[in-house]
Amino acid sequence: MRRHLISAADLTREDALLILDTADELARVSERSIKKLPTLRGRTVVNLFFEDSTRTRISFEAAAKRLSADVINFSAKGSSVSKGESLKDTALTLEAMGADAVVIRHSASGAPHRLSNWVRGSVVNAGDGTHEHPTQALLDAFTMRRRLGSLEGRCVTIVGDILHSRVARSNVLLLSTLGAKVTLVAPPTLLPVAVDSWPCEVSYDFDEVLPKTDVVMMLRVQRERMNAAYFPTEREYSRRYGLDRERLARMPQDAIVMHPGPMIRGMEIAAEVADSARSTIVEQVANGVTVRMAVLYLLLGGSEPAIGKETE
Amino acid sequence: MDVARNQVERAVLEAPDIGRALTRIAHEILERTKGGKDILLLGIPTRGAVLARRLAEKIEQVEGLTPRVGTLDVTMYRDDLRLKPARALGRTELPGDGVDDRIVVLVDDVLYSGRTVRAALDALNDVGRPRAVQLAVLVDRGHRELPIRADYVGKNLPTSRSETVKVFAEEIDGRDAVLLIKGGGG
Repeated sequence: MRRHLISAADLTREDALLILDTADELARVSERSIKKLPTLRGRTVVNLFFEDSTRTRISFEAAAKRLSADVINFSAKGSSVSKGESLKDTALTLEAMGADAVVIRHSASGAPHRLSNWVRGSVVNAGDGTHEHPTQALLDAFTMRRRLGSLEGRCVTIVGDILHSRVARSNVLLLSTLGAKVTLVAPPTLLPVAVDSWPCEVSYDFDEVLPKTDVVMMLRVQRERMNAAYFPTEREYSRRYGLDRERLARMPQDAIVMHPGPMIRGMEIAAEVADSARSTIVEQVANGVTVRMAVLYLLLGGSEPAIGKETE
Repeated sequence: MDVARNQVERAVLEAPDIGRALTRIAHEILERTKGGKDILLLGIPTRGAVLARRLAEKIEQVEGLTPRVGTLDVTMYRDDLRLKPARALGRTELPGDGVDDRIVVLVDDVLYSGRTVRAALDALNDVGRPRAVQLAVLVDRGHRELPIRADYVGKNLPTSRSETVKVFAEEIDGRDAVLLIKGGGG
């Protein structure tokens, strides 16, 4: 039996809560002077990054190292991949090195799923194309839970480029599993066609949903994935869908502001909002390491994984 | 089915016995540590944590000082992690001034193979440097697999490996008792 974390939909409510509870305890390790646990000694975690993402890679690397796993970083640039090696051959190479887990970031949606059929270890999706990014959703849920308590019945508004966002999709799936009510806000051009089938609501009017929002998550407009004009001008986008001080003031007093990073100040979020006490942007980064430790521990720590989807 | 029918339970300690054993251990700790000024009682979750809090209360009643209490989860340090699926973690809660230079008294419900205590010693090593480490257990059932012994024992209980010792604590299980289960397997 093998288990992987490829989609936030793979997680049952029990799985998700186990990860968040485990992360709660592991957060205390980050406060100690010796931030290391011996749990994954002798296990090998491969970071297989076909797309540049320094922050996600170092987050996974720190998480694996804090659990004493050996970490091999494999970045596609300057490697055999740039010479034309296929994903399958790369997978077989990793297999031969004895990887217990492969953390994969790929520009093609579905690459982690394919990989999971070729390697014996656990596959963790660290972002595939515009599909999913489950550990980001977990760290977001963890951050919300730490600030607000339970997520049951909380209203989460995700604003921006939903179409190109794997973060949005993973968050919608995970948050609905955890009982939160999600509303997506975006211009119609930046919403996926199949959004009707997602477990969430859709609005085109940011100002209307603000007063009943407990958490607002701002997404970056992903220029690198855009090959057409999705909105008239940046100024207009910012005016209708950006979070500035006035909009923040119209949200409930204890509402929090999140952003998965990297953010563009002045575009989707005003600098003063990003730096305010209600913003969790820096916390999210620290929580990322903790949550990824929890995922690696639960997948690799025991005789068999305690979470995730089974294959075979 | 058959296993369940053959299972025989015997209460080895009842609530008053447990109370008396803890009172005696509290006195012994105070005696051995010369008044218990620098002690830190660290319970191993979940039942060890409960017992550590109770010992602290007893010590307070006897000596009038409130000893430091905390919990130390040893899950991540266990040597049998790979024999079972990854398990949920317990809580580690240390007092703000840490464990450095304290006389740490580890508290657990049952001492058996000694492997949990070994894990606790490793865990302790990562959070600081106590002046000394001692061990208090409610039941010592023998069958050590490591060179580890307890400094304070509520009851020495000769058992066979096929028997199971179960500790119930009021705070978790609604009642206080130590049961010896024969033929339960494991």
